[in-house]
Amino acid sequence: MDAFLDQFFNAEVMLRYLPDIIDGLWVTLGLALAVIVTGIALGLLLAFIRAFQVRGVNFLIILFIDLFRALPPLVIIIVGYFGLPYIGIQFSGFAISWICLSLVLAAFAEEIFWAGITSVHKGQWEAARSTGLSFSETLGYVVIPQAIRMTIPPLTNRTIAITKNTALASVVAVQEMLTVAQTSLAYAANTSPLTLAAIGYLLVFFPLVLLSRWIETRFAWKR
Amino acid sequence: MSDTDTGRATGRRDPVVEALDIHKSFGDLEVLKGVSLTVDPQELVFIIGPSGSGKSTMLRCCNLLEQPTSGIVRITGEEITAKGVDINLVRQRIGMVFQSFNLYPHMSAIGNVTLALRRVQKMDAAAAEAKAHEALSKVGLDHKAQSYPSELSGGQQQRVAIARAIAMEPEVVLFDEPTSALDPELVGSVLEVMRDLRESGMTMVVVSHEMRFAEQAADRVIFMDGGVIVEEGTPQQVFRDTQHERTRSFLARVTDH
Ligand SMILES: Nc1ncnc2c1ncn2[C@@H]1O[C@H](COP(=O)(O)OP(=O)(O)OP(=O)(O)O)[C@@H](O)[C@H]1O
Ligand SMILES: [Mg+2]
Repeated sequence: MDAFLDQFFNAEVMLRYLPDIIDGLWVTLGLALAVIVTGIALGLLLAFIRAFQVRGVNFLIILFIDLFRALPPLVIIIVGYFGLPYIGIQFSGFAISWICLSLVLAAFAEEIFWAGITSVHKGQWEAARSTGLSFSETLGYVVIPQAIRMTIPPLTNRTIAITKNTALASVVAVQEMLTVAQTSLAYAANTSPLTLAAIGYLLVFFPLVLLSRWIETRFAWKR
Repeated sequence: MSDTDTGRATGRRDPVVEALDIHKSFGDLEVLKGVSLTVDPQELVFIIGPSGSGKSTMLRCCNLLEQPTSGIVRITGEEITAKGVDINLVRQRIGMVFQSFNLYPHMSAIGNVTLALRRVQKMDAAAAEAKAHEALSKVGLDHKAQSYPSELSGGQQQRVAIARAIAMEPEVVLFDEPTSALDPELVGSVLEVMRDLRESGMTMVVVSHEMRFAEQAADRVIFMDGGVIVEEGTPQQVFRDTQHERTRSFLARVTDH
């Protein structure tokens, strides 16, 4: 038991590496928020475009979302980081992680938004169009606001699941929390920094889960 | 199509709605087989007929929610089925009220009414709200302006939907079975609003099974069956001096219960 406590809850090691872990926590938090914002925004934009039913465009959108939903995020990040420089494109590990995870989230979010858009009752379209609203105005003011409310529960679940992949950024040398914890662990020959990271992840993601619950109740409306 | 003298004398203005020889097919199914409908200013035209006879489709061809397969639709003389017509501009002049209300559930009653005023007619917020309050007052629901559809009864929802249509000051309002989804005790309030609207001179086309209302309020009744107009005339002519057997058997069925 003492050996366990010393290995995972060594106060001296924890204190020594706490500042580094906190630096990592900020990176993780920044990456997570950036991914959420751009991923959801891009997903919504794609769903909006898809509603116009332009054949070639929709083919590309569906190809994109199917591809990014099928590939493991780790593979996408590695290909982006180590593969893109061969065609002359180089981004930092942080930028690559941000872009790749945003694209993955966008792919899933698009599919969820699209399901929401198609489940809005046809009568809503007809009512809006009959007052002279254009197709895109109807989509923007009437259909998408309802679609978003319907999609909040699946969307928040998916967002949290994908955002946790920020830990994957450790493979492309981003100094996020897991990277820092692993480095510290090697130096200290003690796993307590990992305990700190676990607490850090709870600190980042637990509020996110609570926030999603709040949003779900806030935007649910009586039918 | 009969040539019987119908409706009130309304002077020499263009008809508000003029649909000529409308055909509409969904795939192989021909739903409208050459229907013509002319509605004069301030007229209330009632369309009755069995389920599937094409009443809704005909109504929806008048504001091009359905595109006719062939035929011409004119609104106050302007051919809206012509190429290059901005249909969104035309639809502002044609209100529509649906069986299932179709209020926007994420907006309050007043939000439902102001949306098109602001986005289509480009009114500023204050003008749109004033206009919406006026329309809600006409349907007796100004005190429910801030309520959401889920907080309103079916009858109230339908009255808000009527307010949404008339706030645009349309030249004609199309009603597609406005009371069929309502509990019997709520039907009266909606019919009353429609009666007021008619008194104020609104041109209306109503698809409905409310025969008593038709008898009291309609200038002209049209009986459709199988995608054609079988019989039309004043309520007296259609209900009392029925000419066609199909009309007679339909009337017997709907007035039975
Ligand atoms: N979008 C559509 N696609 C295919 N068929 C349709 C469509 N809309 C209507 N129809 C068909 O056209 C026929 C006429 O429909 P319509 O809704 O005009 O009838 P109606 O007279 O309004 O009937 P009801 O009293 O039941 O409302 C029906 O057989 C219906 O199934
Ligand atoms: Mg119908």
